[in-house]
Amino acid sequence: MIEIKQLHKYFGALHVLQGIDLNVSKGEVLSIIGSSGSGKSTLLYCINGLEDIQQGEVLVDGTTVHDQKTNINKLRQKLGMVFQQWNSFPHLTALENVALAPKIVKNFSRDQAKSIAEKQLKHVGLGDKLDAYPSALSGGQQQRLAIARALAMEPEYMLFDEATSALDPELVGEVLDTMRLLADEGMTMICVTHEMGFSRDVSDRVAYFHQGVMEEVGPPEQIFSAPQSVHTQKFLANVR
Amino acid sequence: MSNSASFFTDFQATDLLFLGEAAGRTLGISLVSISIGTALGIFFGWSLQASKWFAQATIGTVLDAFRSVPLIIQLILFYNFFPIIGWKMGPFAAGAFVLSIYTAALVANVVRGGIEAVGEPMRRAARSLGMSYWQDLRYVVWPIGLRAVFPSWVGVALSVIKDSALVSVLGYMELLRASQILITRTQEPFIILACAGAFYFALSYPLSKYSQKLEESWTS
Repeated sequence: MIEIKQLHKYFGALHVLQGIDLNVSKGEVLSIIGSSGSGKSTLLYCINGLEDIQQGEVLVDGTTVHDQKTNINKLRQKLGMVFQQWNSFPHLTALENVALAPKIVKNFSRDQAKSIAEKQLKHVGLGDKLDAYPSALSGGQQQRLAIARALAMEPEYMLFDEATSALDPELVGEVLDTMRLLADEGMTMICVTHEMGFSRDVSDRVAYFHQGVMEEVGPPEQIFSAPQSVHTQKFLANVR
Repeated sequence: MSNSASFFTDFQATDLLFLGEAAGRTLGISLVSISIGTALGIFFGWSLQASKWFAQATIGTVLDAFRSVPLIIQLILFYNFFPIIGWKMGPFAAGAFVLSIYTAALVANVVRGGIEAVGEPMRRAARSLGMSYWQDLRYVVWPIGLRAVFPSWVGVALSVIKDSALVSVLGYMELLRASQILITRTQEPFIILACAGAFYFALSYPLSKYSQKLEESWTS
């Protein structure tokens, strides 16, 4: 379970997260929607400790993320993350991209790491691209590669930071399908997204962020059909 | 025993040998300087990138000085400065010392550029997989950054081979110094400088050719 308690985050004078309280339980799919600059991506970075925080607490399975004593590298193995820019390692083949972290972080043998990588690449539908370099893959394929790379660490949670925002429109579908697949398999997911259809169909809950505040959270039917806050209403009216 | 007079008439072959030996010294001092300078430069470049403010104020300032003062002045200053502080240094040691720091100053900037070329998002992606800071440096930043700035590094190495000619002012018997001696004796500057140039080319060409091959293998 991921617990976020009274989280405050500043970038200099900018108060980007203003007291967020949020729990995500095992098996849940939470979508976070909201306009740019609302702090939703920053929240993801705070969850896996890529950003520090100024106040409050983030706990992953009871471990405090921002405690100096926490082994953050160990904790991050539980938290797979997929970024807007897929960031595939350009000097490695698809297979090596996925096998690298299991090999060096988990100290798996070459063969073990390779078979995990193969399994995860097949999982995301890239079984025929094992030896391709990222430069030979489309954006959608690279993003699925990034998903496979995160899955190879066998995480318990997956964080998606606008995973489809940088893709050409015709490539969005294949990545969303992969995310749907993971949700169906019972993966716990937090998805920062602009894909309203996806968040409505796949999420158990949807959270709406506005200027660093979580204005509203609830089941998709509630958020999309009967939003309570004025800001949510406005936002949804604009994206439709 | 040695029949120098008869060899003297057949001067081309022996003089080439003489130049060849000198070219070996040029190669030696260049290899030492490039190796030490590159190792130091990697460390300095990483420091400059990792702790921007502190390293810039300390290492950065020193390296700026080495980059900005002409090499020939550095060589003469240090060669005469070492005995003052009680270090006995021959022309080779003093030359290699100055060339190494000079190389390090150039390589540090190349390395910093290489690390910056990898970019923060890529490094965050690596860290998000559970890699430690050092694993990220070793397995992600190093190979990607190396490919980005390798041509610049080759440029530095090639220029150090050529700049090593300046060590001749300390009396070190490298290629240029040897050529000057031969010119004085034979009064044939054109032929001898052409030979020396050919030797420099022979030292540099394999490096630039090899680096081209390496780059090609990376892009495939």
